[in-house]
Amino acid sequence: MFDTLTDRFDGIFKRLRGRGRLGDAEVSEVLREIRVALLEADVSLDVVRDLTERIRARCTGADLSKSLTPAQQVIKIVNEELTATLGGDALRLTYASRPPTVVLLAGLQGAGKTTAAAALARWFKQQGRHPLLVGADLQRPAAVEQLRVLGRGVGVPVFSDPASPVEVARRGVAEAVRVGRDVVVIDTAGRLAIDAELMDEVRDVATATSPDYTFFVVDAMTGQDAVRSATAFGKALALDGVILTKIDGDTRGGAALSVRHVVGKPIAFVSTGERPEDFEAFHPDRMASRILGMGDVLGLIERAEREYDAGTAEKAMERLRTGRFTLEDFHDQLQQMKRMGPLQSVLGMLPGVPKEIRNASIDDRDVARVEAIIRSMTPAERDDPATINGSRRSRIAAGSGTSSTDVNNLLRQFKEMQRLMRSSGAMGAVARAGGRRKAKGGRVTPSLKDAGSLR
Amino acid sequence: MTTVLVVVIVLLLVVLGGGTAVYTRRGHLSGGSRVPPEQPPGVLSSDQEVGGAERGVADGDGEPGGRGGEGPGLGTALDGVPVESKAAFPAVAEQTITGPSRARRGLAGRIGRAREALTGSLGAIRARGRVDDATFEQLEEALLLADVGLPTTGRLLDDLRARARAGAIADDASALLDALKQDVVELFAGEDRTLHLAGSSPSVWLFVGVNGVGKTTTIGKLAAREAAAGRSVVLAAGDTFRAAAGEQLATWAERSGARIVRGSDGADPSSVVFDAVQHAAARGAQLVLADTAGRLHTKVNLMDELRKVRKVADRPPGAVAEVLLVLDATTGQNGLVQAREFAQAVDVTGIVLTKLDGTAKGGIVCAIRSELGLPIKLVGIGEAVDDLVEFDPVEFADALFS
Repeated sequence: MFDTLTDRFDGIFKRLRGRGRLGDAEVSEVLREIRVALLEADVSLDVVRDLTERIRARCTGADLSKSLTPAQQVIKIVNEELTATLGGDALRLTYASRPPTVVLLAGLQGAGKTTAAAALARWFKQQGRHPLLVGADLQRPAAVEQLRVLGRGVGVPVFSDPASPVEVARRGVAEAVRVGRDVVVIDTAGRLAIDAELMDEVRDVATATSPDYTFFVVDAMTGQDAVRSATAFGKALALDGVILTKIDGDTRGGAALSVRHVVGKPIAFVSTGERPEDFEAFHPDRMASRILGMGDVLGLIERAEREYDAGTAEKAMERLRTGRFTLEDFHDQLQQMKRMGPLQSVLGMLPGVPKEIRNASIDDRDVARVEAIIRSMTPAERDDPATINGSRRSRIAAGSGTSSTDVNNLLRQFKEMQRLMRSSGAMGAVARAGGRRKAKGGRVTPSLKDAGSLR
Repeated sequence: MTTVLVVVIVLLLVVLGGGTAVYTRRGHLSGGSRVPPEQPPGVLSSDQEVGGAERGVADGDGEPGGRGGEGPGLGTALDGVPVESKAAFPAVAEQTITGPSRARRGLAGRIGRAREALTGSLGAIRARGRVDDATFEQLEEALLLADVGLPTTGRLLDDLRARARAGAIADDASALLDALKQDVVELFAGEDRTLHLAGSSPSVWLFVGVNGVGKTTTIGKLAAREAAAGRSVVLAAGDTFRAAAGEQLATWAERSGARIVRGSDGADPSSVVFDAVQHAAARGAQLVLADTAGRLHTKVNLMDELRKVRKVADRPPGAVAEVLLVLDATTGQNGLVQAREFAQAVDVTGIVLTKLDGTAKGGIVCAIRSELGLPIKLVGIGEAVDDLVEFDPVEFADALFS
């Protein structure tokens, strides 16, 4: 869950009193926690070892910061080390002086190469280029057909040929020259790193096409095997970068760190969904937070901005502030939120929320009950619940399969919240809490707690 | 934006009673708002779009809530000819060239190659002789490298340590390793590895999982196996989202001799599965293997859609006899989350562990078996039609430590 690392560290460090520097014992304990967090995140064992040693070196004997708590200080160092490993030099894509610029994709089966190929082609198109997709996966049934359909969808032509993968790739590049396409994106078949024959084949494809960029496509939920496959592909091909796929799931994504470490080349792009437009540049700092289990806060915000209608959110904010937030608004906002994922995980990723609230459980059945009650009301009743008398209450209860008591509780609690929300103090505190966009591992703002009990 | 989220969630929690509701996860109740009321699938028309997934259906200001904006636009079949689902789809001509090298690979060769390639990190353990802390560290490392995960590794080693201290295991590294291997084998003891058929025909075996794990390929292999065993098989092309998914499955239909029922792209997967069941029942076929689109378990609407598919597949004359979660052996700790979420959503009956012919050990199944009790029924060891075997815990444990 979000920020549990900070919580754990807080416990370790509260014993640290009046000492000027971070002691060895505490640092060791903290490193144990970090090791756990990283392994849970699928970071490879070697990389974990390497990282923890670097962090130990920076922490041991370090002077205590004046402005940060020891826990915050260590988290800062950890975050920095992760971000540095993940980031480093970003990939700067430059185009070949003599077109076309050839881009080759390689990776294990199911990594998401074909989807990434189409996404990449679309990306190039957006850069003003004229790409050609080459379907050199002749192994997987209908792989070329898949690429053709995707190509049609993004308006990029697809070339293929029932020859050998090496031949198709070569002919594809020749075709690009012939028709004047200035970028070629070659999709290849998935292959096992230990399949010598197939690794030779992809090496031959590279030899035949002299790619300007070769990307290793890797699934973000890969476990310890990431290092093995990355090493093998890195040996067979001159990799220029990595494309990390399926990061729209809830995997912590430690494979990103492992692969970056092994390949030594930047993670150029990430695939955030199944559509060609779900493709973007990689953000090392966000990945670092996510690997540490601190949630991809900025990612959440972006996803919220995507899924959560900006217009209605603003309106909702306004209505909250002026105390006109109705049950209808509440219901609408719940629906919006559900589009971002299960409410329990949305809760887990919110920044600046006190531990008690963050670790609270949301039972989906209770949520459904609340929704049902609201839906059983008439629009007028939702607008002004004061009009709900005994008989209306019974009707609503019957309509939603709940009891009058349930309906009553909902109305009562909601009214309480409305009153509280109207008070500028509470809203200000929440606004401040919500404004903490980046998970810097800081202590949860006490202001939300101080804004009076929210119960 | 975040502020609204925070406030609404806090509101929700207070309304629910201060956020101390007892945590009993029973799956996401759609409350009727997202999943349309049950509709008899009836005749499948090429633009039918009923279902929990808001694919292609504009929502709010035009931003689709489901998988995305392609919808039916992407779904016109090849050459613009709409695809009928009622008739068994004629097999698609083999478009791909399967290199001879791939076809010739046998089972033994694959497992053997996998073993060879693995570095013998545990040769060092056996050579140690006496047991000390370093021995346990090496064992821990081996388990973690295999993706067994910290909690399960911890449990296994704590138990081992206790028995070693109590003198139940010889003070010898080799004996310790053997004991641990046996413990791993024990994890899978008593598993029901049969693939069941329902009393009446046709039985439905539903294949679910995240994207890219090998559902379609597994179905192809299983179809061939079942056909060889004398059963008549119908494939349901329930992946109506992924480009050319139907074509991919159709190739497997041809390879295995099974019939296939397809829908048009973007159609309701429940309808396709329903149609396949009807088709199977009409022809007295015993088995329907239903493919579904890969989906991340975090996508609420897609999981709702899957729930619906299972429900529809379970309607007479069909009966869902197996819900197989296909899991990629390269998956790390997220595999356990996947298993938990899919099990909750559609009552998974067993796991198919794929791509075990690579360097990945698939150790996450230890955690899945240990924490969720799900049996590992099948193992995929390659892309060819024969590359499917029953899960063997002894072989698995050996490979884990080789």
